[in-house]
Amino acid sequence: MLDSKIPEGPLAEKWTSHKNNINLVNPANKRLIDVIVVGTGLAGSSAAASLAEMGYNVKAFCFQDSPRRAHSIAAQGGINAAKNYQNDGDSVYRLFYDTIKGGDYRSREGNVHRLAEVSTSIIDQCVAQGVPFAREYGGLLDNRSFGGVQVSRTFYAKGQTGQQLLLGAYSALSRQISKGKVEMFTRHEMMDVVMVDGKCRGIIARNLITGELERHAAHAVVLASGGYGNVFFLSTNAMGSNVSASWKAHKKGAFMANPCFTQIHPTCIPVSGEHQSKLTLMSESLRNDGRIWVPAKKEDAEAIRKGTLQAIEIAEEDRDYYLERRYPAFGNLVPRDVASRAAKERCDAGFGVNETGEAVFLDYASAIERYGKTEANIRGLKNPAASEITELGKQVVKAKYGNLFDMYKQIAADDPYETPMKIYPAVHYTMGGLWVDYNLMTSVPGLYAAGEANFSDHGANRLGASALMQGLADGYFVLPYTIGDFLSQDIRTGEISSDSTEFVAAEKEVKERINHLINNNGTKPVDEFHRRLGRIMWDECGMSRSAEGLKKAIEDIRALRDEFWRDVRVPGSDDGFNPELDKAGRVADFLELGELMCKDALERNESCGGHFREEYQTPEGEALRDDTDFTFVSAWEFTGDPKESKLHKEDLKFENIELKQRSYK
Amino acid sequence: MDLTLNVWRQNGPEDKGHMETYPVSGVSPDMSFLEMMDMLNDQIIRDGGDPVAFDHDCREGICGMCSMFINGEAHGPGRGVTTCQLHMRSFKDGDSITIEPWRASAFPVVKDLAVDRSAFDRIIQSGGYISVNTSGETLDANAIPVPKPQADEAFSAATCIGCGACVATCKNASAMLFVSAKVSQFALLPQGQPERASRVKRMVDQMDEEGFGNCTNTGACAVECPKGIDLSNIARMNRDFLKASADSE
Repeated sequence: MLDSKIPEGPLAEKWTSHKNNINLVNPANKRLIDVIVVGTGLAGSSAAASLAEMGYNVKAFCFQDSPRRAHSIAAQGGINAAKNYQNDGDSVYRLFYDTIKGGDYRSREGNVHRLAEVSTSIIDQCVAQGVPFAREYGGLLDNRSFGGVQVSRTFYAKGQTGQQLLLGAYSALSRQISKGKVEMFTRHEMMDVVMVDGKCRGIIARNLITGELERHAAHAVVLASGGYGNVFFLSTNAMGSNVSASWKAHKKGAFMANPCFTQIHPTCIPVSGEHQSKLTLMSESLRNDGRIWVPAKKEDAEAIRKGTLQAIEIAEEDRDYYLERRYPAFGNLVPRDVASRAAKERCDAGFGVNETGEAVFLDYASAIERYGKTEANIRGLKNPAASEITELGKQVVKAKYGNLFDMYKQIAADDPYETPMKIYPAVHYTMGGLWVDYNLMTSVPGLYAAGEANFSDHGANRLGASALMQGLADGYFVLPYTIGDFLSQDIRTGEISSDSTEFVAAEKEVKERINHLINNNGTKPVDEFHRRLGRIMWDECGMSRSAEGLKKAIEDIRALRDEFWRDVRVPGSDDGFNPELDKAGRVADFLELGELMCKDALERNESCGGHFREEYQTPEGEALRDDTDFTFVSAWEFTGDPKESKLHKEDLKFENIELKQRSYK
Repeated sequence: MDLTLNVWRQNGPEDKGHMETYPVSGVSPDMSFLEMMDMLNDQIIRDGGDPVAFDHDCREGICGMCSMFINGEAHGPGRGVTTCQLHMRSFKDGDSITIEPWRASAFPVVKDLAVDRSAFDRIIQSGGYISVNTSGETLDANAIPVPKPQADEAFSAATCIGCGACVATCKNASAMLFVSAKVSQFALLPQGQPERASRVKRMVDQMDEEGFGNCTNTGACAVECPKGIDLSNIARMNRDFLKASADSE
């Protein structure tokens, strides 16, 4: 049984008392300690900046050409915080409760409460850094609502919140780089972690421009390398987002927790063809004002698919606002897993609205009218014409969601101000990740995981606007304190040498793998394998899963992996800039991870959050949890082959919240 | 669609580089420009050749990594879009398309269409931040009210994605639009006031040191900027720079 090391004591006092009792490293000693941070998204940048401010010597790594490009930049909608500025009854407890419930009771109470506690500091910190959040006319911060909650606690910067928060963290990081406290390595990829005497003491990195391998030693290593949604090939992740840093750590002893917990986001632009390389998210914030529907009559849906009928020609009474129908209490703002499954259910039943039958409408007509009327009142217009109201309404919608509407228009070649958008669920986020304890340390001493790379806070389903919150909470306010507990043992260790046999051996192993890929002389490009893996994962380990399908997927992935190593073609050489080689290494790791995800999904004989097993559902088609047998975290230990991975369980204890069937009706 | 691509090939910063012609066929109008490039590379790899290196990541117009100079325009035809958001429906069957990297001495070519934009990072490191530690022990966020028009303007400046299209477009390879966007964001906010003068001086000095050219107010940068960063930011930076220089002398 795994020990999460959650501190004793009442829930609301755990974090405070833990901080009071944790071992500290004094400022003079911090200067003698080196920390490596891999990844420069919200978690990585904020951790690197904070650790450097505290006095540690930090080396930070990213594979992009600048730390500012990490994929946190693409987060759109917002960041949650229990500020209760709107006076709508929000509190730390309510944010905690919503997150546990939203996660379908598969996350840790202690961690989630801490997240809710520090959420308010994040907003203060970001404003002090000059992050330009949206404001009301009085000059104070504005909020909006996200799925799965009944309060307005989401802070935002138009549809570019992730960009603004990341640039804030990047500026804090840049300040430390200028002071020489952080040494920044861009266009560098972590190839492996290095273990010395049972502790993680460094990494092997590859300079992606020269191809050179480098040994970097440190007293501790923080992985903030993001999630693994790209195992599905098509996802909202950036093209370079990968699992490799986490997977290498997994193969060196770090447990992988709940790998099958994947978030399928309900509002993405549907797939347009075989050439597609990625999917684009339409922010959840659009569900604040947009209404989701499909035609109520099958013949209408068929006519729309054929192009003989337009959405706006369908009368109000012939539309099925299925989320409002099924979930009257939360309506269009049900959590993501629920909204995604409901879209799939309608499309599978034959009501889809694009050529492939895999799309539903997201409609702004009524929001435009509602905002238009309010705006007309504000301006004192008497008896405005309908066209005038529509025009005013469009202006309000443009101010709130303009960049998202523009993006949609660009990709779909359709004007969402005039006709409803077409959307469909797509892979977006991974709740699973490296197992960490309360200190965010993995099962490997000295190896930490922060942000999406760890598994700890979102259970089986993450609520919207909580990823940004968790990334910054981990990096600014949790890890910089908790890492001291481990590093306090190292004040007399002195510099770690990168010339030890362990480093030499690790570098040799990396070198051999690269040589193998370069000299393989196969016939098929890397992308072909990645696409095929993605298809298997989406079909069998996507929005719904079955024992039979998962067993088949495991066999198919193993066969594909063999074929990859036999027949992949990696052009060019290993001594220069070679993006195909970088990609090959990442896909090789996805081919192993995919199998573990299917195995995890197969072992979890229940439905919860994003994990929906067809065999386990209520008569109404909702996820049916099994709290008697599955109230635990699955933590997998690598034993040489994903097939033989060993399951460790961490029991989830609920002392403050009563486990209930999640209902948004 | 069938197209002819004229692509810049350059094996590293020391190589002289040359244009090479590739025919591609079966391009769908729904493809993004980069998906068309994926198709080209797939073809090259299967034929045993060396694929075209180019930078890209998020493919939704926000990371700022993609950077192609297409038919003489940064990020190609169309306004307000990055290369990854440009779709093939902007081109016609039979078109010839010329694809080059950003060209500026401060952005040396890494390979083919990928360039080194680390100069931008160094400019930010020289002062593009507010010096506040990340303790979280700051004022309550709402203790610093910011009038909405000012907050909105600061936000607009802050939406710069650091792609470098402004530099690639400018006949002098000036980085004024990029630098002024960051200077303006902080100049417009109360939090940015204490370091306002030193920030602009340090950032402009670093910009000059990196070898970017001067601004001659042509305004092409703002036209090609995928995020619509406004020229008025440059005017604001110039005012701040003059004032800071005068005050310090």
